[in-house]
Amino acid sequence: MKDNAPEIGTVGLLRFAWRQLTSMRTALVLLMMLGVAAIPGSLIPQRTQNPMAVTAIFTDSPTKALWYQRFSLFDVYASPWFSAIYILLFISLIGCVLPRAFEHYKAARALPPVTPKNLSRMEFHSEWKGGGDELEIARQWFKKNRFRLRELDGSLSAEKGFTRETGNLFFHLALVLILIGVSFGSLFGMRGDAIVNVGERFINTPTTYDSLSFGKLFNEKSLPPFSIEIDKFVGKYDPVTNAPQDYTLSVTVKSNPESTPVKKIVKVNSPLTFGSTRVYLQANGYSPIVTVRDSLGNVGYQGPVPFLPQDANLSSTGAIKVPDTNPQLGFVGSFFPTIGRATEGGGISVFPEALDPRLFLAAWTGDLGLDNGRPQSIYRINTDVMKKIGLKSLAPGETFTFAEGSITFETYVPWVNLQVVRDPGKSYALLGGIVAILGLLASLFTRRRRIWVSVINKKVEIAGLAKNAAPGLELEITQLAKALGRAE
Amino acid sequence: MSTTWAYISNYLVYSSMAVFTLAFIAHSYETAFAVRAPHLADSAQGNLRTKTFDYTRTEKVARVATAMMILGFLLLFAGVIARGISAGRVPWGNMYEFSITGALAFSGAYLAALRKYDLRWLGLFVSISVLLTLGTAVAVLYRPSAPLVPALKSTWLVIHVSAAIISGGVFLLANVIAGAYLFLDSMEKKGERAPWAKRLPSLDVLDQLSYRLVAFVFPLWTFAVIAGAIWAESAWGRYWGWDPKETWAFITWVAYAAYLHARVTIGWRGRRAAWLCIFAGSTFLFNYVYVNVWGTGKHTYSGL
Repeated sequence: MKDNAPEIGTVGLLRFAWRQLTSMRTALVLLMMLGVAAIPGSLIPQRTQNPMAVTAIFTDSPTKALWYQRFSLFDVYASPWFSAIYILLFISLIGCVLPRAFEHYKAARALPPVTPKNLSRMEFHSEWKGGGDELEIARQWFKKNRFRLRELDGSLSAEKGFTRETGNLFFHLALVLILIGVSFGSLFGMRGDAIVNVGERFINTPTTYDSLSFGKLFNEKSLPPFSIEIDKFVGKYDPVTNAPQDYTLSVTVKSNPESTPVKKIVKVNSPLTFGSTRVYLQANGYSPIVTVRDSLGNVGYQGPVPFLPQDANLSSTGAIKVPDTNPQLGFVGSFFPTIGRATEGGGISVFPEALDPRLFLAAWTGDLGLDNGRPQSIYRINTDVMKKIGLKSLAPGETFTFAEGSITFETYVPWVNLQVVRDPGKSYALLGGIVAILGLLASLFTRRRRIWVSVINKKVEIAGLAKNAAPGLELEITQLAKALGRAE
Repeated sequence: MSTTWAYISNYLVYSSMAVFTLAFIAHSYETAFAVRAPHLADSAQGNLRTKTFDYTRTEKVARVATAMMILGFLLLFAGVIARGISAGRVPWGNMYEFSITGALAFSGAYLAALRKYDLRWLGLFVSISVLLTLGTAVAVLYRPSAPLVPALKSTWLVIHVSAAIISGGVFLLANVIAGAYLFLDSMEKKGERAPWAKRLPSLDVLDQLSYRLVAFVFPLWTFAVIAGAIWAESAWGRYWGWDPKETWAFITWVAYAAYLHARVTIGWRGRRAAWLCIFAGSTFLFNYVYVNVWGTGKHTYSGL
């Protein structure tokens, strides 16, 4: 020791830090910080919700995007600073609640405190000359009203309202349970999307997904081996407002390759359930069915090609790539389920049901760029090194013939986007939610209070004490006094 | 059939606006005409400026005003029901419908609190707020009655939205009372209360009342959020996704949780508590107005 400053040491410092962290004031500041920290995520587009808008910021103002990126403003709820706040808050909460739970447990097992000597100092005190049997009546009254009771020589000490603190503790522990449920779900969960044409079958293996993401501890092999055959999809729309009214998806489901197929209906609010995995109907669109031939008439491609909807009337865009013809052929297309007044160079759909479908195609020839191994979108074609053949609008059954071959718009089928979600933590979160509400109700609507009755030489005294100045004690004491025979 | 009911609903909403206007006029009359001319004794002393307020003089008008509020509430209630019948569903499908139901919840919360506390001094404010809300709804937000989009077709619509609307009505009432607290508090700091403000409850009562309203409705708001999460799980494939509406519901929840802790555990009272209460209520309003109208995300059912 070089100087005389008191040495608090590492342990002392840690103890100090812990006490600071678990103090109510710190918890409150952290709680408010959590609220404020949640705000930017609702004003700036987030990657998980709106990746297109994030990309748009990167193209429009790259500098701003870069700064946003630096502060994780596109992933606020997974950012280090947001995590830091809620982790500190929960540590603080646990550090606050556990000692209190222990204390409460002890207090709940202990008897109510001894009757104070001077009852006139307590709240709602009154005294009168009684008959002598008041203690017995009071004992019964306390028992009937479920007070915890301590019988002393010449007096009774009664207490009620422990549920308040019990509820309070359960509420806070339930919040921890919710957090555990959320983390469990994100560690062991998975989420995937697959576009499936009507008439096709979805088999739950990683390769059938268009996009798939899973938690750090998710095991790919634990995908349940179900398959879903898409039998029929019907979308109903309001003929006046074009707003969707109903989506009904009919499927045939096998929960594993050996089980017997079962027919089921999927709607927006009623997903399919396989254990903790659920399958949701999330979007729908159209796949034109085309046949592409080369100049000799050999079929280069035949089948449905999913197009992505661009507006509420399901005007859709997509690409048809035919690498097997020589030279390669590519078609950039738009599909309109109900074609409106055709404008130059484009079209528009005026209704989401396929009442008068059209397929607009721009045909290209040359290198599709599929052989260089670089991944590319199946909905777009890079036409930089390709040569344009021409444009054509096709009704079902019509063919566009050109020097390099032809394409026939045979018909169309609807597709649905199946979203497969596994969240093994959600039942814990739900349980946490329910316990939180019950605990909250218990803690907000019960009052902790004490009542004392003493009878010495026929002098009856009564008084009470309410914690947190809870209302209603006066009424209760008046009722008890009346039962004991106090004159009004 | 359904268009007839939609017309009936519109007429009922218009009528309720007329009646709320009468309630507003009655409340203004009550406040204005309770003024008594300076006493002769005062003027003898050369004091002509001391006006006093005598609410016994306008008690009858005050009763008429409350009766009008009740009638307006009933008409609006019928209007909301008729709107539901016209669409064949609960009337919570777009912003117009949220607004008329919200006005109903707000006036209902006022009338319910009136049974226990004499809050008629708030009547002027409540009637003008309800009128403004209904006026905006009719003039700007109106949309023809139409069936629900598939994602809204669920029993949870009734549970989730009703809990949220009732919580909102009570939160706003608590806000108004906290605002009244701040106003009266600064008035008292400068000296005595102005004569017209004398009949308003004491600062302590206002302080307690706004706290009780929040404590009473906070579990319901928690329930609204959790019910929303359960519904989101079955409709959107996740129970929580930080959608702007969800985020702001969470912020409101956190703000009120902070308010309750500040009061119960740290012992905040008075101005600080009132400001925190108003802040929390503003996050709710922001969620309702901003996220519904300009926001993005999955909760965009305003129909605008």
